[in-house]
Amino acid sequence: MLMRQMLITGAILGGFAAIGSTLVAITFGATEERIEQAHRDALLRSLHELVTPEQSDNDLYHDVIEVTDRELLGSHKPVQIYRARKAGQPVAALLTPIAPNGYGGAIRLLVAIHYNGHLAGVRVLQHHETPGLGDDIEASRSDWILSFNNHSLSSLSAGEWKVKKDGGVFDQFTGATITPRAIVHAVHHSLNYFQQHREAIFNTPSLPPEAEHHE
Amino acid sequence: MSNTRYRDIAEQGLWQNNVAFVQLLGLCPLLAVSNNTINGLGLGMATLLVLVCSNVTVSLIRHWVRPEVRVPVFVMVIASFVTAIDLLMNAFMHDLHMILGIFIPLIVTNCAIIARAEAFASKHSPGYAFWDGLMMGLGFMAVLVVLGALREILGQGTLFDQAHLMFGSGAEWLTITLIEEYQGFLLAILPPGAFIGLGLMIATKNWLDQRGDKKIIHGANHQQTNTPVAPS
Repeated sequence: MLMRQMLITGAILGGFAAIGSTLVAITFGATEERIEQAHRDALLRSLHELVTPEQSDNDLYHDVIEVTDRELLGSHKPVQIYRARKAGQPVAALLTPIAPNGYGGAIRLLVAIHYNGHLAGVRVLQHHETPGLGDDIEASRSDWILSFNNHSLSSLSAGEWKVKKDGGVFDQFTGATITPRAIVHAVHHSLNYFQQHREAIFNTPSLPPEAEHHE
Repeated sequence: MSNTRYRDIAEQGLWQNNVAFVQLLGLCPLLAVSNNTINGLGLGMATLLVLVCSNVTVSLIRHWVRPEVRVPVFVMVIASFVTAIDLLMNAFMHDLHMILGIFIPLIVTNCAIIARAEAFASKHSPGYAFWDGLMMGLGFMAVLVVLGALREILGQGTLFDQAHLMFGSGAEWLTITLIEEYQGFLLAILPPGAFIGLGLMIATKNWLDQRGDKKIIHGANHQQTNTPVAPS
């Protein structure tokens, strides 16, 4: 009798688990493609802000490699580098380094460097900086991030790749020095990485299309 | 008869037994996400949807679920709906989903939802359960939106900032800049602003209630005010 009760109860629980999982599975199947498309659109939008569609003619989203450099790219995990080309010639590389020492933890950046070593631009992909103080690094809130445009390792000396407070040329914000300092540092590192690995960045074959979706 | 019942449920959900004001449930997402109006509205709608779906489902299955496994089954129902809604938001409101992030999956842990399933939906017919879910959800959403609006106005001098994240591009006109060249009031946007704001809102509600009570007592003593049936 008790056994029978337990079996019925178990069956009810199992039945609802099956129904619940089915609902989730159906939704997942119906939205999977759309979610991936949304991810891709969001990323392409930020890539194309720095390297316009006219400047390149390759499939930016799929022309990507992953590299690991803890010191220069800020993470012990692989970091993506997208390559922009026109008629087969390298145009620019878009690095996605991490500035690990932001005020609110890691800041994910997108750093676009022209083949000649000049910055095409920098954008912040993700951050947890203080609203109202540190979030002026967002292009939508302030022009600060544009101050990197066209700079390179040759346009500024290593000593100048710092915020003004540390003797460099980049502004800090009132009440927030740590955030800009972290970004200036990370952008400088990215330029160094690019200079050291330029040919390898453009000559390494892309990841197979499947691999890049599993971050 | 049934009309007054519906009205009673609406009053309970929207005001007298409001999830955030009176039951003080679901405060974690409420405090974290209410830093602007659109975020509040996004989380509020997601919660509302989960609450309605789970209430109706729980009510429909209330005769089949044995008491011993009642809670796990309710949790499973809620978790399934939350996951499905999380996926749908990720697909159709991607940018807003990125901002709300972890707080959408965390709706599972919003005690208000299991509380309604257990205390109301499992004892009432689907019609009432639907109405209760809708009203409780709207009550919760209203608090989120009002708190979000207060913090946004005080914190950055705007209203409906980033409306395009929810309504698509072309909705930027919704954003209202109330105070030009506003320097911002950081405290309102940071977590303490949420606590202070919610505290003030609860105080205001209690003050309004007390004033109302006094009026009833002074005005007429022929009718007993309907006291809330059970504490939650």
